[in-house]
Amino acid sequence: MKRSIAGSFLIYGLLGSLSVLFLAPLAWMVSTSLKPLPQTVSLPMTWIPRAYYATIDGRRLEVSRDAEVAPGLWHVTEFSPTTWFTHKPVTAIVPAAQIETVIRPRWGNYPQALAVMGGGSLDVDPSLLPDHPFAASADSDVSFWTFLANTLTVCVLGVIGSVASNALVAYGFACVKWPGRDWFFALTLATMMIPGPVLMVPLYTEFRAFGWVGTLLPLWVPAFFGGAFNIFLMRQFFLTIPGDLTEAARIDGCSEWMIFWRIILPLSKPVLAVVALFTFLGGWNDFMGPLIYLTRKHTFTLALALQSYQSRHNGVEWNYLMAASVVVILPIVVLFFLTQKTFIRGIATTGLKA
Amino acid sequence: MKHHLQRLLTGLGFTLPWIIGLGVFTLYPVIASLYYSFCDYSVLQSAIWVGPDNYQRLLHDGTFWLSLRNTLIYAFGSLPLGMVVGLSLALLLNCRVRGTALFRTIFYLPSIVPVIASSMLWLWILNPSYGLINAALAPICHFFGQQPPGWLTDPAWSKPALILMSAWGVGNSMIIYLAGLQDVPEVLYEAAELDGAGKWQQFWHVTLPMIMPTIYFNLVMGIIGSMQIFTQVFIMTDGVQGTPAQSTLMYATYLFSTAFFDLRMGYACALAWVLFCLIALLTLGATRLLKERMSHVQ
Repeated sequence: MKRSIAGSFLIYGLLGSLSVLFLAPLAWMVSTSLKPLPQTVSLPMTWIPRAYYATIDGRRLEVSRDAEVAPGLWHVTEFSPTTWFTHKPVTAIVPAAQIETVIRPRWGNYPQALAVMGGGSLDVDPSLLPDHPFAASADSDVSFWTFLANTLTVCVLGVIGSVASNALVAYGFACVKWPGRDWFFALTLATMMIPGPVLMVPLYTEFRAFGWVGTLLPLWVPAFFGGAFNIFLMRQFFLTIPGDLTEAARIDGCSEWMIFWRIILPLSKPVLAVVALFTFLGGWNDFMGPLIYLTRKHTFTLALALQSYQSRHNGVEWNYLMAASVVVILPIVVLFFLTQKTFIRGIATTGLKA
Repeated sequence: MKHHLQRLLTGLGFTLPWIIGLGVFTLYPVIASLYYSFCDYSVLQSAIWVGPDNYQRLLHDGTFWLSLRNTLIYAFGSLPLGMVVGLSLALLLNCRVRGTALFRTIFYLPSIVPVIASSMLWLWILNPSYGLINAALAPICHFFGQQPPGWLTDPAWSKPALILMSAWGVGNSMIIYLAGLQDVPEVLYEAAELDGAGKWQQFWHVTLPMIMPTIYFNLVMGIIGSMQIFTQVFIMTDGVQGTPAQSTLMYATYLFSTAFFDLRMGYACALAWVLFCLIALLTLGATRLLKERMSHVQ
């Protein structure tokens, strides 16, 4: 189809400006995560993280620009993220021309953010500030790596469980003929209509009876027992594999297990990948599950740790909060770029076949 | 006969994980939930049968009606917006210009952001004083002598804020629309062009009827998702408070706080079943609405 030059310009113009709109929030998150705290709340807002220097009492100090007190005159405060609690910062009024501006992203925000997320802090010694909020929780300090390990435990065990169980069950529905199969499959499909909140209370009661509340078990064990949607997805895929193949193997005396393991599974990598990917994402992104079942900080997943950090601090340290959010997003973005084809196909096929 | 039995055993063997899973994690909870909804139940003590009390109490529960109203406003705002934005993006991407793959990735990227992180991000973006949106809006608002919106701090703007945020994560439905658009046979457009149909007429009489099943699917998924909105509001509006002034108290957050903060588990189950019925009704409504247009495709 031929398109006029003006038409192409219009399309590119729209695509380009919409791209800016969709990317701006992410760009702003990264920008905020690299700023020192005063710059996150300075107006007019800026995109590029900077450092300001001024000479006060003969000393060249890094400063924050607080306010323009008169045209061309700035009230500045000595800025140092590591010594603010040990001595009173110096202030001065400096002409704008004498403030030196350097572009400098604060990569140090990242380790700092990860440390405060667990309740600890790199730069605050609890003995110096007994009433500092971090000091009280010093004994409950949990490392970021614990949160990551918990999240990965849920994700990896979930992936193993759901790929293994759903493949087995789907094979039973797609490739073996047995009395009652179709009836059972219809029941399976029907359960997809039940929304999560209906099951929420009885599942909690059940896991409480098992003694699993406060552990990661409720978040991954169910994956080993299949899920209606994934069973459906895999069954549809298995049905597209020619029946002659499995029939021939049966005549040759292959057991059902051999057919499943040697013929069906190797041919089904695309659908296994989709299920694995979406189970991983589900585990990584899940918030309500951890919120219900995890009670102690050392069992928290990243999602819950991030929320608990934010609610403890009421969202004031925006630079750390954004840095921590970037850390939570980054693995997913990397995973997305590594598996983009599987991703897009997964969404398109699950959407159209369901 | 022996053969028959062997098949049955093989089938049951392969589906054994699901037989257990279905029973333990779905069927038993469904029945228990229905039973609890007719009980006083706090988890700490065993359930006491009270008949339809919970459902009767619902009718006079102001918070229930408020949360239902808030949720419906959110759903009826975010569903059409998501449909227009998602379909528009898909139509643009379907123009088959160079670099489509790049733009598709860009538009899709926000929807893979974990909801916990996107909630943090939007909490900051919607900040009335230092947020990105008001930084962009302030010059325009001041020009008209207005203050920029207070978003999540203003009861009148808090739901529009959540609706706006939902449009950013429209990538999933966009991909599904795009797949639907790509399945429309090219010959139909050629035929329409021969009949003298303009671009707009082609969209209205060819594209739209052909992708009606896709629209229907996205609509149903949207209904199910938006009626259960939880994580965003839990993070962005002070847990289950629904600040400001309960303007963002949603059905799912009310249900959650009833169950796990007030430990009124029986009442929470009744709320859950009402939610189930509401979703079923809305889905039925969507089916009625689109059925006519769909049937003449097939």
